[in-house]
Amino acid sequence: MTRISVTVDGTRYEDDVPSRTLLVHHLREQLGKVGTVVGCDTSNCGACTVLMTDPDGVPRGVKSCTVLAVQADGREVTTIEGLGGDHPVQRAFHERHALQCGYCTPGMVMAAVDLLREQPDPSDAQVREGLEGNLCRCTGYQNIVRAVQQAAAELRGNEAAVTQPVGVSGP
Amino acid sequence: MTATLAGTAAEPEVGRARLRKEDARLVTGRTRWTENITVPGMLHLAILRSPHAHARISRVDTSAALREPNVIAAFSGADVAETQGTMACAWPVTEDIVLPIYRPLAVDEVRHVGEPVAVVVARDRASATDALEAIEVDYEPLPVVLGLESALADGAPLVHADAGTNKCYTWVLDSGEAGTGKAVGEAAAAAELTIHRRYVQQRLVPASMEPRSVLVDPTGDEWTIYSATQIPHILRFLLAATTGTPEHKIRVIAPDVGGGFGGKLAVTPEEWIAFAAANRVGKPVKYTESRSESMVSAHHGRDMIQDITLYARRDGTVTGLSVKLLANMGAYLGIVTPGVPILGAFMYNAIYKFPAYRFECTGVFTTTTKTDAYRGAGRPEATYAIERIMDELAAELDLDPLEVRRRNWIRHDEFPFTTVAGLEYDSGNYEAATEKAMQLFGYDTLRAEQAKRRVAGDPVQLGIGVSTYTEMCGLAPSRILGALRYGAGGWESASVRLLPTGKVEVVTGTSPHGQGHVTSWSQIVADQLGVAFDDVEVLHGDTRTSHKGLDTYGSRSLAVGGIALVLACQKVREKARTIAAHLLECAPDDLEFADGAFRVRGTPTSAKTIGECALAVFAAHDLPDGVEPQLDAEATFDPQTFSFPHGTHLCAVDVDTETGAATIRKYVCVDDVGTVVNPLIVEGQVHGGVAQGIAQALYEEAVFDEDGNLVTGSLADYTVPSSADLPEIVSDRTETPATSNPLGVKGVGEAGTIASTPAVVNAIVDALRPSGVTDVPMPCTPERVWRALQTARSGQEVAA
Repeated sequence: MTRISVTVDGTRYEDDVPSRTLLVHHLREQLGKVGTVVGCDTSNCGACTVLMTDPDGVPRGVKSCTVLAVQADGREVTTIEGLGGDHPVQRAFHERHALQCGYCTPGMVMAAVDLLREQPDPSDAQVREGLEGNLCRCTGYQNIVRAVQQAAAELRGNEAAVTQPVGVSGP
Repeated sequence: MTATLAGTAAEPEVGRARLRKEDARLVTGRTRWTENITVPGMLHLAILRSPHAHARISRVDTSAALREPNVIAAFSGADVAETQGTMACAWPVTEDIVLPIYRPLAVDEVRHVGEPVAVVVARDRASATDALEAIEVDYEPLPVVLGLESALADGAPLVHADAGTNKCYTWVLDSGEAGTGKAVGEAAAAAELTIHRRYVQQRLVPASMEPRSVLVDPTGDEWTIYSATQIPHILRFLLAATTGTPEHKIRVIAPDVGGGFGGKLAVTPEEWIAFAAANRVGKPVKYTESRSESMVSAHHGRDMIQDITLYARRDGTVTGLSVKLLANMGAYLGIVTPGVPILGAFMYNAIYKFPAYRFECTGVFTTTTKTDAYRGAGRPEATYAIERIMDELAAELDLDPLEVRRRNWIRHDEFPFTTVAGLEYDSGNYEAATEKAMQLFGYDTLRAEQAKRRVAGDPVQLGIGVSTYTEMCGLAPSRILGALRYGAGGWESASVRLLPTGKVEVVTGTSPHGQGHVTSWSQIVADQLGVAFDDVEVLHGDTRTSHKGLDTYGSRSLAVGGIALVLACQKVREKARTIAAHLLECAPDDLEFADGAFRVRGTPTSAKTIGECALAVFAAHDLPDGVEPQLDAEATFDPQTFSFPHGTHLCAVDVDTETGAATIRKYVCVDDVGTVVNPLIVEGQVHGGVAQGIAQALYEEAVFDEDGNLVTGSLADYTVPSSADLPEIVSDRTETPATSNPLGVKGVGEAGTIASTPAVVNAIVDALRPSGVTDVPMPCTPERVWRALQTARSGQEVAA
């Protein structure tokens, strides 16, 4: 057992954890942060993506199934539950119909937040490349790209790009 | 308490791009996946699975596992042989089908890698998983059976020795014998042109993002079962039927379910095992599979060899089609395993009018993971084969692929049309969808560019692929299902209840797992009752509240369940009319209903909203004699026929002839799914469906090695495409309402998957056809494209 102190979604938690415990299992099973989910066991699907501060305090997207809980000691973690519910990316996913079953959504949203921190004005291709570590089986990704672009525009303060019609994709 | 004045939206809800009600919890993580649910005293189950594709189990010793810390129980199949029940196949397609015994936990023999052999129940998941290593199993390996044709050869090792054969069944549809058309022999004899092709439908994995999970809670005098399933009602029925558990003591809940694609149209050994384990320890038990377990043990899809022969005249008229199919069942039969290819039997004739057809399918057992429904289930395979061979016919006659289709398809003025497979297509307009798709695609311009690049010898060649598909969905008329020997009906149920405040509670028998039924059903009810979209709540997926239903698969929910909903609303409206007439002191026939209110004809100020009627019914102070104080209704709808969405998909692919890399440059689809309830949701279904069809064409394949190990056993090896792998899709629609139901809806869940695979492969083959390539086996990886090109070129050199 190792004593760790991790701040998750603004709350500091202190726990004794086995050294083999993965961050995602710590979040889900010890802290009740079940908004973050597990979709695979090879770090391919990205459903478990959260933000974790690096040693410089910069929040970066990590797949919480490939981080040991002990590695999160002293770090700040933000999960989908800590995003507030009205984050531009969350709202854009709703408004652009960027989710169907919603299982990949927590990871996809967190990966998109991470992407937009690094690339505030990405091209569609950059969005696609940036999210390639997150699998979605329902949407074909097209509306996810639209959602990320809408959120990007809003975060940049470009309201005009936010209000395109939805429902039929033009040529 | 006052009755809410009903929403009086002048604009109908049906047809509006409503944002989904489901999203709020999904984008914030406030979700109820089965794996998120815990109950007091809950224990965890881990499953030891066979490492052999085929072996006799001579000994299982779980005693050491029992001594591991935190372990409550450990047992093998032999320990629960009498109580664990058996897995059921609901679709014995022929009278003489081989139905092997399929035990949840193997008792004496394993027949595929990953088959459950023994289990541990422990305080936590890690302890349960650790203790599996202490279980000792002695296996005596038996010969594996992998190839479809070799499995049927004389002297082949047997998957089920007591069956005496690896043949599961042979099912035939012959238009000459059935009286739905001519004998295919006549067409063969008279054919000016005969084209034979063999296509291989590779094995696929449904791979919904949420793995399967089940929690069985035996607390109290009942069993509550949470399961990540598409079919809570069928699960309840089959669990009762195969274990002898009283059905009324079983409550099944499908909470938030993270995708299915047919993969959760299943009752699973893991559900039965968790049930047995919970009963054995008398405590709630949860099991959630890892992705690796899921890949090898959840059912797979496709895996067929198609020998298809097309007969035609030199003017391009198709005169007959013969299809011989070998379908891999895997080691056991899931609930609809044998029926999947049979669904395709009615679709090889597609949108075409040819008069002679013969279909023969043989199901084959192998020592592999069982197959069962995967998005489209039989229809993508059929559509692939016919759309591929129609392109071969076009090439043979040097005609444009769309022109060959025009010469054979059912014209819009020929509906209703009874096909050579015996189905009556109610409506369609293939000309309109094709015309619109060609415009959006810029078909003629791209053909001109293709010609130019061919002449120039561009190392990157342009290919254009066509797929003009139809499908049958809205499963299904119970009478037809019965005639096909399916074990259940195809009706659907809905109930509608007006609450005293005018809000509406709807219960549906459909069981959504990403499709957005709560939103679409709210739109339908809002229109039917004239209430606000936000005033409708839709309940589903819990047999305690949704007493009746046949769940969600086969693009059936709207075309069957949606109609049940309309019928229930109509009943409520008529009940409310009686109340309103009483309150307004007029005859019911004097009232007209619009915008949620009954108005006396000619005296529009004299009105009662349906909400006011609900409040009056709740108080029950002043009801007409003989009227019950309730404003509820239930309805069940059993369709008379299937529905037939159709459309035209066009794909442009750049194929690098030096590397074999195929890149989709443009993808246009125009789908006709009838009346659209929510265009946003329809578009999403099309996008996702097309993506899965492209995935079959380019990326995915479940591969076994010579020992029967699944080589593609994780998402690192089984390449579900990412955002970087898929193109932008241009989607549009034509709307030809179905005439077979009052909403005019057809269904959209599977259309994209059915249409897109042949569009992509046709494009790749089209790009390479000048080099002599007539086929590239799926998935069309760069290596396979390159090899097809080299083989064709060397063939051309030899011929020269």
